[in-house]
Amino acid sequence: MSLTAVNDFVIRFANVNGSGSASANEMFARAIMRMGIPMSPRNVFPSNIQGLPTWYEVRVTEAGHLGARGGTDIMVAMNPQTYNADVASVEPDGYLIYDSTRAMPPGKPRTDINLIGIPLTAICNKEYSDPRQRQLFKNIICIGALSALLDMDITELEKLVGEQYRSKEKLIQPNIHALHLGRAYAEANFKCPIGLRLQRSDKVGDRILIEGNAAAALGAVYGGATVCAWYPITPSSSVAENFTKFCGKYRHDPATGEARYAIVQAEDEIASIGMVVGAAWNGARAFTATSGPGISLMQELFGFAYFAEIPSVIIDVQRAGPSTGMPTRTQQCDLINCAYASHGDTKHVLLLPEDAAEAFEFTAGAFDYADRLQTPVFVLLDLDIGMNHRLCRPLQWDDTRFYDRGKVMTAADLEAGKDFGRYTDVDGDAIPFRTYPGTHPTKGGYFTRGTSHDARAKYSEEGADYVEGMQRLLRKHETAKGILPRPVRHDAGKPTRFGVIYYGSTAPAMHEAAEILTARGHTLDLMRVRAFPFHQDVASFIADHDFVFVVEQNRDAQLRSLIVNELDIDPVRLVPILHYDGTSITARFISSVIGDRLDALKVTPLRKAMS
Amino acid sequence: MTYLTKPKFHHPSLPKNTLGYTRRDYEAATSTLCAGCGHDSISAAIIEASFELAIEPHRVAKISGIGCSSKTPTYFLGASHGFNSVHGRMPSVLTGANLANRELIYLGISGDGDSASIGFGQFAHALRRGVNMTYIVENNGVYGLTKGQFSATADRGSKSKKGAVNTDNAIDLAAMALQLGATFVARSFSGDKTQLVPIIKAAIAHRGAAFIDVISPCIAFNNHPGSTKSLDYVRAHNEAVNALDIMIGRDAITVDYEPGKVVEVTQHDGSVLTLRKLNDDYDPSDRLAAMNFLQQETAKGRIVTGLLYVDGEADDLHGHFNTVAMPLNQLNEPELCPGSKALDKINAGLR
Ligand SMILES: Cc1ncc(C[n+]2csc(CCOP(=O)(O)OP(=O)(O)O)c2C)c(N)n1
Ligand code: SF4
Ligand SMILES: [Mg+2]
Repeated sequence: MSLTAVNDFVIRFANVNGSGSASANEMFARAIMRMGIPMSPRNVFPSNIQGLPTWYEVRVTEAGHLGARGGTDIMVAMNPQTYNADVASVEPDGYLIYDSTRAMPPGKPRTDINLIGIPLTAICNKEYSDPRQRQLFKNIICIGALSALLDMDITELEKLVGEQYRSKEKLIQPNIHALHLGRAYAEANFKCPIGLRLQRSDKVGDRILIEGNAAAALGAVYGGATVCAWYPITPSSSVAENFTKFCGKYRHDPATGEARYAIVQAEDEIASIGMVVGAAWNGARAFTATSGPGISLMQELFGFAYFAEIPSVIIDVQRAGPSTGMPTRTQQCDLINCAYASHGDTKHVLLLPEDAAEAFEFTAGAFDYADRLQTPVFVLLDLDIGMNHRLCRPLQWDDTRFYDRGKVMTAADLEAGKDFGRYTDVDGDAIPFRTYPGTHPTKGGYFTRGTSHDARAKYSEEGADYVEGMQRLLRKHETAKGILPRPVRHDAGKPTRFGVIYYGSTAPAMHEAAEILTARGHTLDLMRVRAFPFHQDVASFIADHDFVFVVEQNRDAQLRSLIVNELDIDPVRLVPILHYDGTSITARFISSVIGDRLDALKVTPLRKAMS
Repeated sequence: MTYLTKPKFHHPSLPKNTLGYTRRDYEAATSTLCAGCGHDSISAAIIEASFELAIEPHRVAKISGIGCSSKTPTYFLGASHGFNSVHGRMPSVLTGANLANRELIYLGISGDGDSASIGFGQFAHALRRGVNMTYIVENNGVYGLTKGQFSATADRGSKSKKGAVNTDNAIDLAAMALQLGATFVARSFSGDKTQLVPIIKAAIAHRGAAFIDVISPCIAFNNHPGSTKSLDYVRAHNEAVNALDIMIGRDAITVDYEPGKVVEVTQHDGSVLTLRKLNDDYDPSDRLAAMNFLQQETAKGRIVTGLLYVDGEADDLHGHFNTVAMPLNQLNEPELCPGSKALDKINAGLR
């Protein structure tokens, strides 16, 4: 028996890191997209496993389900070190494609899957003498063979080769030749296509394929960031690296070549956030990109920026903690650490993009929110969004949009006699005016400090001054609720007592799970939370339902805790659905856990099922 | 900036600088430090230097960490913008501020605890990056604010007020600054205004990372016998290598110096540093020699002061980054945002 499906399967490449497989795999994924078939690629790159394995998974999904599916239908097993485990992970009736030149490591043979042996090394060795060429073209030959096995349009691959080597034209022909070598071998030796195959479609539309980190970096460019300070850490480094790349392209004075930005690779995360706070205090839009360990180090200055009211933007690409945890695995585990970062009473603004398109929008917007609210703003991505290419709607920019610099008093304002009190709430939104240092010789100067201060920035240990300031910060948090991206509600269309709250990278899996659950006869209303502090709509949504599942990717139900804490919700009504093993959350997982609970509810009294 | 500087009017007899400001325009709130604290003398020297240099007070950003020393920005240049940051992080905050607006003058004020302990890393990295700033450490060998614990600049063998002997080796911040590539390195003494004021002036005029280690006795916790940072000890062991006159612009040198006794350094802004040699062999343009000299004299128990090293041709972080002349905080959508057409192109490349 063999699996059969059109435009609906998961293929996984098991490779050795550094073998040049990444670009070949990416070409494979892109060719599927060019055939109009939605697909969702994911990198799995363990940080410390022998044999330097990396896996690249492509979920081919006519239905457009971009979350991870789980399971592998076709395994392309190119890493001897992980071979046995890779073979074991293939779904029954699935396919194993392997290099048949040499015998693979001994292991338990499987009789319930289809074996496709291609003598890749032998083909390479016959064709090429240079060892580097042998290595590189092996990957391409493999893709060529797959194109026949899966009925992929070879011209899409050829076009992609042409695009990739536009500037190194002499590499185009050899690559195309390698593709055809593989394709010809497969056509001559196997019945092509196999049961799982591709068929041209029109479901991709105008969507683009981009990594969340690159999109966030573009958001920083479009949002007007001029200062970036960072310290390398997986999975966030490519935010700063992409920002550097895009600034190189878009941010130089065409006449002089001078840079309209400054990027510092700082000595650590404390220095990174210090530079961001210093630059933002001085009127530049500044950000840092980091991950959990960096967030831990930055705490003291988050509290400073909160209390002294300095706009700053922090992009946190979350990975599995605590401590070094699983540095190359995804999680949504920094919510609470960011929401209440630093000692003392603090609350911070969080933005929770679901994909690369929102990573772009929210990052660009973060600079407006930070300037408007004069406070740190955290953009919480995670490894799943940040380091994987994902199909998303095209990035958009409205050219009439202006940067909202917030309440800044200018030299002219001061000259005209406007009263300046740095921490004075003049119009009821709890946001005071600030000046940029150096604005006016005699007016608008003030002292910025982390010690308590009165409404005119004077040092004060008067309890009343302190309490007034702390209360105003709370009111400012209220103001934030009306400014930040609202939650997105999607009702089932018929009445239900059950709702689901989710956020960030859980979105695609959740949407797919909702479809599965509908098919199982369960009706659910959905709400995707996009920011903290929570908009009133979140409380209304919970009020509209008896029970709300809160689906998230951490052990401690962090979003649920935030909801309970901030909205005073009875915890019994919020049912945690938690996935935190470091792999991407799947619709299979969500639908089975929620489905089982709901099935149980149908036959057992409510109290019992919930306890 | 679109306004004109309007000098304030004071009692007509108060001397004014070339901008029409009096000393008072550079003063600020009354100090709350202990009477006689060395840090207050440094504040006075900063006021004097700023007055003499005729800098516009509001064009100065004074940034500090935490400590008695870091509190002093409240006590000088009241019309400047101040930023009292967190312990040990002044250098990063200053670096960020400097990147945002290259046109202001940046004064970093720190203590020996702030810079040699908790902030040692940031001290080092700001200097090696060449941030254009005047970085002053008010060095008393103790944590004044937390009541007298040894700091990392306390000499080995020196005694605390309570009689404890320090067994750790001392960090010499000036020696470190030399090694780290600071382009202006000086050491002075809070009790020697004649030496300190011109050094601060020259440091402010310097483009690049200027570091001044100012020994500043803590009257409350580190001025006893057995301390190597007490007033008496520093006076007795001070070895000044030169005396500095600074000429702004190309003013004729009015003082007559003995031939061979003078070194001149012209800085980027045209300021001429005229150094009267007190030690005939000392050459402040030779970094390696300076490092050697410092080590040798320290080993002999001497405290070397003066302008230890200066590179008149120094460059700064903005120079390394080749940033635009216009401060980054003044750039707007037209300069910063590539716009929707560019984004459409980017989108097209991602399909
Ligand atoms: C993170 C942190 N740890 C500890 C302190 C407590 N603290 C305040 S000032 C200080 C030492 C200051 O010493 P120094 O920089 O030499 O300043 P001085 O008071 O001697 O001028 C310490 C440890 C603090 N403010 N923050
Ligand atoms: S404790 Fe020492 S350093 Fe602090 S103010 Fe008093 S004398 Fe100065
Ligand atoms: Mg001290």
